[in-house]
Amino acid sequence: MPYIPHTDAERRAMLETIGLPSLEALFEDVPAQWRFPRLNLPPAASEMEILDELKVLAGKNRAVGQHATFLGAGAYHHFIPSVVDHLASRGEFVTSYTPYQPEVSQGTLQAMFEYQSMIVRLTGMEVANASHYDGATAMAEAALMALSVARGGRKKVLLSPAIHPQYRQVLRTYLPPESDLAYVTGDEDLTAGLPDLIAQIDQETACLIIQNPNFFGELEDVNGLAEQVHAQGALLVVVSNPIISLGLLKPPGEYGADIVVAEGQPLGTSLNCGGPYLGIFATREEYVRRMPGRLVGETTDRKGRRGYVLTLTPREQHIRREKATSNICTNQSLIALRAAIYLAYMGKQGLRVVAELCYHKAHYAAREIAQLPGFTVTTTRPFFNEFRVRCPMPVSQLNQFLLDKGILGGYDLEGDYPHLQREMLICVTEMNTREQIDQLVAALQEASR
Amino acid sequence: MSEPLLFELSTPGRTAFTLPSLDVPATPLPEGYLRTDLPLPEVSELELVRHFTRLSQLNYCIDTNFYPLGSCTMKYNPKVNEKAAAIEGLTQVHPLQPEEALQGSLELMYRLQEALKEIAGFAGVSLQPAAGAHGELAGVLMIRAYHRSRGEHQRRKILIPDSAHGTNPASSAMAGLTVVQLPSDKRGNVDLAALKQACDDTVAGLMLTNPNTLGLFEEHVLEVCETVHACGGLMYGDGANLNALLGIARPGDLGFDVMHFNLHKTFSTPHGGGGPGSGPVGVSERLAPFLPGPIVVKEGERFRLHVPEKSIGRVRAFFGNYGMFIRAYTYIRMHGPEGLRAVAEHAVLNANYLKALVSPHFPVAVERTCMHEFVVHGDIPGTDVRALDVAKRLIDYGFHPPTNYFPLIVRDALMIEPTETESRQTLDAFAQALAAIAHEARTDPALLHEAPHTTPVSRLDEVKAARTPVLCYKG
Repeated sequence: MPYIPHTDAERRAMLETIGLPSLEALFEDVPAQWRFPRLNLPPAASEMEILDELKVLAGKNRAVGQHATFLGAGAYHHFIPSVVDHLASRGEFVTSYTPYQPEVSQGTLQAMFEYQSMIVRLTGMEVANASHYDGATAMAEAALMALSVARGGRKKVLLSPAIHPQYRQVLRTYLPPESDLAYVTGDEDLTAGLPDLIAQIDQETACLIIQNPNFFGELEDVNGLAEQVHAQGALLVVVSNPIISLGLLKPPGEYGADIVVAEGQPLGTSLNCGGPYLGIFATREEYVRRMPGRLVGETTDRKGRRGYVLTLTPREQHIRREKATSNICTNQSLIALRAAIYLAYMGKQGLRVVAELCYHKAHYAAREIAQLPGFTVTTTRPFFNEFRVRCPMPVSQLNQFLLDKGILGGYDLEGDYPHLQREMLICVTEMNTREQIDQLVAALQEASR
Repeated sequence: MSEPLLFELSTPGRTAFTLPSLDVPATPLPEGYLRTDLPLPEVSELELVRHFTRLSQLNYCIDTNFYPLGSCTMKYNPKVNEKAAAIEGLTQVHPLQPEEALQGSLELMYRLQEALKEIAGFAGVSLQPAAGAHGELAGVLMIRAYHRSRGEHQRRKILIPDSAHGTNPASSAMAGLTVVQLPSDKRGNVDLAALKQACDDTVAGLMLTNPNTLGLFEEHVLEVCETVHACGGLMYGDGANLNALLGIARPGDLGFDVMHFNLHKTFSTPHGGGGPGSGPVGVSERLAPFLPGPIVVKEGERFRLHVPEKSIGRVRAFFGNYGMFIRAYTYIRMHGPEGLRAVAEHAVLNANYLKALVSPHFPVAVERTCMHEFVVHGDIPGTDVRALDVAKRLIDYGFHPPTNYFPLIVRDALMIEPTETESRQTLDAFAQALAAIAHEARTDPALLHEAPHTTPVSRLDEVKAARTPVLCYKG
């Protein structure tokens, strides 16, 4: 058997030590009628065979590396420097557990402290936790936290319709209509903009959640927004997607956000068909004891040397059980490590360069597409690296045409936003060369003929 | 020797990155929207590599040390899993690609769903939850939705044994249920009399970890399931300890209605210093329509995404921690049915063998044949040596400490789970270390109080960390 080291002689000797005649005898507490079921699974494969089997499956996918990719919408194709895979693949990081024993976990703990520090600076906030499952669950827990921070039984969670549709769905799973905790509203009208949402903030409102840049890539006008939210005693939660935009744009901390969440996948983690990703979660110091998730803090050892520990654990489930701020236990530590390595590699100057490459290339693509007969760029606000295009045919049909030409087209918006008929959300990153963009433009032109 | 922080290693103007130059005409940047400063570290690539390599060397891990953390199943993480999860055609795919461009990944997810159903005896599986606690939340939300769909809105009580993981009550509270704690009896089982008393038409369900956190198989599991079902409640299984049951018993057969799997425990995907994990949920026939969606279904030779009719909704964006699916699938395929049973048999063999060696020095909490783990009292009577001292001293012998002070119902608990991948020689050495520590406790207790002695830092001041929190670099 793979990975089981026991020899026959050892098994016999060990059973003798225990005082049992056979392996079967270990399981007498299991109801006899259900003991030792025959599992209908394929027989064991060798390492060589399973790798071959998986390569066959891989052949049934169309991989982004072999295509010009213009699909974003919450998951982004970015360059991953070699150092990220190299360092984050070290067994010492990969095969260790949650750092409950700090003396033998300083590597993970210091790396998480550095991750928290870099996220604080990137978002302009004061504290960041050691990670959440993904951007969507981070947003859901931000709403729960806002409900717990809000005083006076505020139950209204106000939600912009220009937040990623799947994020809004996850929030509604966490806070279903029958929940006594809260009700979620604001996105019933899918065309509602910030002024419409601001008009709905009242004394019942625990928080307003917006995404900036929003799901359509547009930069929201956040001037004075936080003041208006705070004037009603509510919190401002900002989903900062795509996170790379913070290399260029004003961080939410600067415009008054109380909680910032984001999807951290673009920071050094590949698309992976949707996971594992990284939930980023940051807030202000005054709310830290209401914050979900693990936190690493600095302290000293008995000899006065600097070291790191998991701290403020009374917020957590293993101490507080049903009174915890969240049920989260396992998080996305290794992906947070990847983000830390990525951010340190790009550094003060590099992240800005990545963001600018995305910005300029996306705007070039938008200008070129706007000139095509039959296509209209419907984004009118300033945008980062995603924009909407109305197409002369259904987007699914167009995407099939593009796929045959080796191009992964943009996201079909009609499914989530019925009023955006035949509209496609196109994403451009530093991975798209001018040649690829020109190829897309030519293919769109051909498709419309 | 302590490793400086990246910020302390920074030199203004230094860079590591290389990126292509701009190959399109530039566009004016949007004034008024720009940040003025981005205070990230400034280091060279070599500084970065040395920094994180040195940090890694401060960790204990499975690749270097025996790591007998109870309830965490720190088994060997096969290297083929990592190779499989790096196959470009499987990982360089976008989750929103059209289904026809994603058939390989959908098929892999389908096969994993089917394998998990078969292993645990369930009618349906959703792979979406990202971790065990996340699977729990999905599970209790399904239980709640099920009762509501039948008009039984009053079922708001969830029964949880006092030996349960803290995530059970925390997940239930998040789902809006009221937690009622059940006592354990002297043999470590659910106290049946207390259970019967608690069962009425306000019960939504019972969350049971089996084997429980004492490492014991619930002797009355069938009766517990029947009692809960008889009052109209559902049975939730915490799958954290499924490693003991592979090919031994299927929770679905025993009467569980819903259970989460921990792919990062039972199915060998690495823990990564705290995650990512993966916590798929399996359900019986009656809960299948409530599964979080989408799940993958097969139609003819094609695979497509499907949202079950009464789905509680999404619990995460996209499909879950897919990279972990590839690893778990690889692991299941490499074992086959006989191999999976051998995993459980040897996990249980190792635990009972180690228990026999350790119990003369540290008494077992409940003396029974254990499953994959066991719990001992870690204090040394007649001394002031506590479980924490013993745990820390083990580090000096080169072993990661067991889980300590859990379960909460055992005084000075040390919870030891060796897993099937450890050799007899390792178990012998660990038991000898514990015997030596028990002796030291009586001859030189200060040695234990001050342990560990061999690590880069000694015991850390956790009170200071919590009282004056320093949660990021402020230089």
